Amino acid sequence: MTKIDHLLKHTCEWLKGTGPNSDIVMSSRVRLARNLEKQPFSHWATKKQEKEVLEALEPAVLNCDAMSGSFLVPMGEADDVDKQFLLERHLISREHIVHPEHKSVVVGEREVSSVMLNEEDHVRIQVMQSGFNLQECWRIANRLDDSLHKKVKFAFAPEWGYLTACPTNTGTGLRASVMLHLPALVMTKQITRVLQAITKLGMTARGLYGEGTEAEGNFFQISNQVTLGSSEEDITDNLERIIRQVIGHEENARKTLMKQNRDILHDKIWRANGTLRSAHIINTTEMLGLLSMVRLGVDMGVINDIDRRAVNELFILTQPAHLQKIEGKVLNTAQRDIKRANLIRRRLEGR
Amino acid sequence: MTEIVNDQITKLNLCESCAKEKGSDVEQHFGIADLLAALSDVETASPHTAGLPPSKNKCAHCGMGYEDFKKIGRLGCSECYITFKATLTPLLKRIHGSPQHLGKSPNPEHLKEQKISSRFLEELEAAKDELQKAVKKEEFEVAASLRDKIKFLEKKVKEAKGHAS
Repeated sequence: MTKIDHLLKHTCEWLKGTGPNSDIVMSSRVRLARNLEKQPFSHWATKKQEKEVLEALEPAVLNCDAMSGSFLVPMGEADDVDKQFLLERHLISREHIVHPEHKSVVVGEREVSSVMLNEEDHVRIQVMQSGFNLQECWRIANRLDDSLHKKVKFAFAPEWGYLTACPTNTGTGLRASVMLHLPALVMTKQITRVLQAITKLGMTARGLYGEGTEAEGNFFQISNQVTLGSSEEDITDNLERIIRQVIGHEENARKTLMKQNRDILHDKIWRANGTLRSAHIINTTEMLGLLSMVRLGVDMGVINDIDRRAVNELFILTQPAHLQKIEGKVLNTAQRDIKRANLIRRRLEGR
Repeated sequence: MTEIVNDQITKLNLCESCAKEKGSDVEQHFGIADLLAALSDVETASPHTAGLPPSKNKCAHCGMGYEDFKKIGRLGCSECYITFKATLTPLLKRIHGSPQHLGKSPNPEHLKEQKISSRFLEELEAAKDELQKAVKKEEFEVAASLRDKIKFLEKKVKEAKGHAS
């Protein structure tokens, strides 16, 4: 059994369904972009230079205090299912899959921290927490960054901060994001207005799997865009203030739905629950929509025999690579749709 | 799905997952590079770079030319920031609204200096606004003292930046 296989035995920290506002906020995340001084950025480096960067960084990350108990995955050696599996767990980006050579990821204990090496930047530190907990993410990421500073020299200019491959990350190199479950704002057709307001305030909204993905399952990832000209604390604080407003709107929309459209809401939740407990074949898109309704039912106290953690886990366990890992073999789409339905039935029955 | 390639309109019938894959490809092409190029184009025509010979627009450390940066949307190495400073300063201001880092630093002294410089900058902007108002109202005594204040603050900002670099 490989170290990646071992991850299957545990729930990622960010899926636990605990932490502040976890009825609406699935997870919080902070990432920091760093580069080694004078070494060409990954996209502009020769194979030899990319290798040099890895040789300098891999031991530095693995041996720093903040990453004790971590393990390394060289992307070039991982098979397609493993790579997809890491992506589904939000441990690596799509870019890490597309050009895997001379790239690696160090996965920390309980998957709280992970460090991608030779991604767009030489170092991409990522910290995830369950619920609305950006300050804690920043605290952990900052500590990890501090310990890396003792081992390697990062490119930095007093005027411009940390220098990154893309000027949109220059400065703090910090991207803070929060994954929100906003079914009531979608159902009451307020979501477009809310997202437009967020964009005007310099934030971005994306889907479950980041850039270029749709907001399936009513999940929205909201993050800061500006990385230069504000401190890390101010960036996370600003995002937090905006998210608090969005949470308030979602709470109000849920209350309004329960008050004015109680029967319709109950019908949607219980039909979703019924379908998931009965289906024998189900694809990801249908599942995400139904699971979102079941999660809403759990969060609003309509469904009481399932806990939030079990529902959260299903969002990830039913993804294509996870299903194949669980089964221990490669499955085609039709086979996966059957296995997915099976897994959901078993889990929702508490088996 | 309708795609336009070399001015040819092509209609594609794709299943949802293929369309999504295709969609991400399309996004890759119309990505950050195009947007950055659009933003930086304005700057290349500015007096900062207009007169520079082409060799000056190439990073001596990694060989990236400014044209490469415009095409790719990413810089070649940390030294490129020095090579292309004249065009990057306004570009960073356009993207972030500020060209001055105020966050974490490997050297804690920097942070102190940044904060001082930033405070003076804020005061400077406020003083400039007040000056305009005073001139409009023809309050010339107030305007004169504001002018002195502005001179003093400009000196302080310069000093703080000098320490930091």
